[in-house]
Amino acid sequence: MDMPAANPATLAKRDRVLARLAEVLPAQALIRDEAERRAYECDALTAYTCLPMAVVLPGTTAEVADVLRICHEERVPVVPRGAGTSLAGGSLPTEDAIILGVARMRDVLEVHHADRIIRVQTGITNLAVTGEVESDGFFYAPDPSSQLACAIAGNIAMNSGGAHCLKYGVTTNNLLGVTLVQMDGTVVELGGAHMDATGYDLLGLVCGSEGQLGVVTEATLRILPKPEGARPVLMGFDSSEVAGACVSDIIKAGVLPVAIEFMDRPCIRACEDFAKAGYPDCEALLIVEVEGSQDEIDAQLGLITQIARRHNPVELRESQSEDESKRIWLGRKSAFGAMGNINDYMCLDGTIPVSSLPFVLRRIGEMSKEFGLDVANVFHAGDGNMHPLILFDANKPGDLELCEAFGAEILKLCVEAGGCLTGEHGVGIEKRDLMSVQFTPEDLEAQMRVKDVFDPHWLLNPAKVFPLQASATRRAA
Amino acid sequence: MRPANEEELSGMVRAARGPLVVRGGGTRSVGRPVTGEMLETGGLSGIGLYEPGALTLVVGAGTPLAEVEAALAAEGQRLPFEPMDMRALLGTEGAPTVGGMVSANASGPRRVQAGACRDSLIGVRFVDGSGTIVKNGGRVMKNVTGYDLVKLMAGAWGTLGVLSECSFKLLPVPEAQASLRSAAMPPQEAVTVMSRALGTPYEVNGAARDADGRVALRIEGFGAQVRYRLAALEEALGGEWERVEGAASADLWRGIRDVTAFAGQAGDVWRISARPSDAGEIVARADCPVVMDWGGGLIWACCAEGRDLRADLGAFRGHATLIRGSEATRAALPAFQPEPAPVAALAAGLRAKFDPRGVLNPGLMG
Repeated sequence: MDMPAANPATLAKRDRVLARLAEVLPAQALIRDEAERRAYECDALTAYTCLPMAVVLPGTTAEVADVLRICHEERVPVVPRGAGTSLAGGSLPTEDAIILGVARMRDVLEVHHADRIIRVQTGITNLAVTGEVESDGFFYAPDPSSQLACAIAGNIAMNSGGAHCLKYGVTTNNLLGVTLVQMDGTVVELGGAHMDATGYDLLGLVCGSEGQLGVVTEATLRILPKPEGARPVLMGFDSSEVAGACVSDIIKAGVLPVAIEFMDRPCIRACEDFAKAGYPDCEALLIVEVEGSQDEIDAQLGLITQIARRHNPVELRESQSEDESKRIWLGRKSAFGAMGNINDYMCLDGTIPVSSLPFVLRRIGEMSKEFGLDVANVFHAGDGNMHPLILFDANKPGDLELCEAFGAEILKLCVEAGGCLTGEHGVGIEKRDLMSVQFTPEDLEAQMRVKDVFDPHWLLNPAKVFPLQASATRRAA
Repeated sequence: MRPANEEELSGMVRAARGPLVVRGGGTRSVGRPVTGEMLETGGLSGIGLYEPGALTLVVGAGTPLAEVEAALAAEGQRLPFEPMDMRALLGTEGAPTVGGMVSANASGPRRVQAGACRDSLIGVRFVDGSGTIVKNGGRVMKNVTGYDLVKLMAGAWGTLGVLSECSFKLLPVPEAQASLRSAAMPPQEAVTVMSRALGTPYEVNGAARDADGRVALRIEGFGAQVRYRLAALEEALGGEWERVEGAASADLWRGIRDVTAFAGQAGDVWRISARPSDAGEIVARADCPVVMDWGGGLIWACCAEGRDLRADLGAFRGHATLIRGSEATRAALPAFQPEPAPVAALAAGLRAKFDPRGVLNPGLMG
């Protein structure tokens, strides 16, 4: 993975730029010191690091606008950052870039139950949003695994998902409005607490644009009433094909579970060793969760288990209590920790049509033998979003590169099967150079034209999303 | 002009020397009238791929909506967002198409729960104003690969590109539906009741106040589930409610969806998007017959011909669109709410990039 070389002319301006930033920011909001800047040299994609020129942590939209205006005038690249939990390297800086973090902007600005919205500053964490409205019977639906740490700013930048998307959608389906600061410091309001756009859906365009179109400082989010209850059923099968067919049958039967999670044997085994959740010894495991009142849950789980029985499950465990539900989820929720316990791993995020599941899993198994690296599969089966975890040894020379090559092959396979490179993590730097597998030059050109409109000088997070070669002319201009 | 496939469409747009009027079924005549050569999308028709087990559909943009709905119904599935049929309200004829529905981001009562058309749209192929074929999104429901031009195309009224193919996320048709209906009540009180209903855990997926002032609330699901939820909702809200079951409930919501109350009635029709809690005040300022949907978030107002309703409403958090107007009203007033300068600049910038020669429905959106 390459990053563009730092522009010496930009580096030479460092003192002047920092002096100008110091004029518009409180002292604690401007980080120049090298040791403190170190904390911002990478995000959750820790394989790549780079020390930024400086870090700014503004406290208001006006300060963000001042910072961007100055950087725009000085032609200094800016890399926006939420909580730094990106698995795709979305907030990896370059040496000549300023990191703009929104972590200090965490206020809740408005909670309105009747309109079912909450307006927040975007440095607030995902879980804190739900925390704010939970006691009144509401919740914020998108629930990425990192929800304890990740910021709404990053959720919007990457259009984050989570385990419950099948029913509630992803960030873009739960976002009603934003305050966006453009690179030249212009502040615009897109959307609001009403439900649709006046003209073009610029809000939809900004969500998922990976911090390349502007910095989102405030957001109006849709909150939903909490269901009366939720309960999972766990099913084990002796092949992935059968588990896949069962998922398809459940969906066709007209039940809409909130979550359908899948794990394969290597993953089941690792989770079991780590969390002792009592998972069966089998090839494929499904956790299906439904919501409603006790009676409604019973009825839906009854229907689901009836379908599952037709597929000869080796295990069928319907949760009868809160405690049992927790145990069923325990293994799944500790999957990443469990894998981290045995090895270094790389987590992929491709999506495939649910119907190609057996084919894709079989191919991944074959490729695993070819590359000599183990893979564990855990994913959101209802929506086809896969998270293959490739195990490697970071201390073994060449293993990271081998792992990346294998990962690239899996993502190409996802595209070939009719799917895409990333379902919820974003492109960042990780999948940047694979974009031409999924898109034609014309497709990419159409997307880059959007950035031309919002950020004509390509200063915001410029080395992300698009293959470096494709964006070279624009970044150099 | 009527291209038979995407290649032909591309060639025709590239060869265009003047404005093109992009037309699906011609049933959604909204916006400033455009004059130019007609470009009909009816040839870009047919279901490309339908996977009921994956809840996804890929379909040509010129396909009649009725054909899509019939194919989905055969598998017990549907488009989640309950798209409005505008023919009755606008007095238009013809067959609504997929592309027209997407270009209008047409979304009905279920918007409050299942999202708008743009939320179920997961992929597009289109030809931009230079004739270039572009694809974005795909046929999987979770996809964050690159910018989301899919959303941009929904509700762009054919001014950024001519859609050739659209992909959707689907939902199963629930086994049963039923509704509660109240006696007439004032707008503000109706909004309060609707907000309370939408704040319950019973997944109310329709909350409207009809032209006669009666509030209707809909629940869908398995039979026993609908009975339980309807009773629980009635209990939670208190007051007197009439139950409307099955086909009668479906008819009721079709009427709300298509705003049939104003079909054939004299006057201009405006569509106002607002914060539900502001709706009472907005209706008071409009001072004309209204239908409220989306728990008060959507207000249909039928007012005197030629009236500048937007001016009379003054500043509010949301926007008003002229949906049906006499020739004179449509010539005099912008159909779409003018945007603040920096937002308008972004919109103009996008238009210049996607349609540099200004040949796609120029001026339609103002």
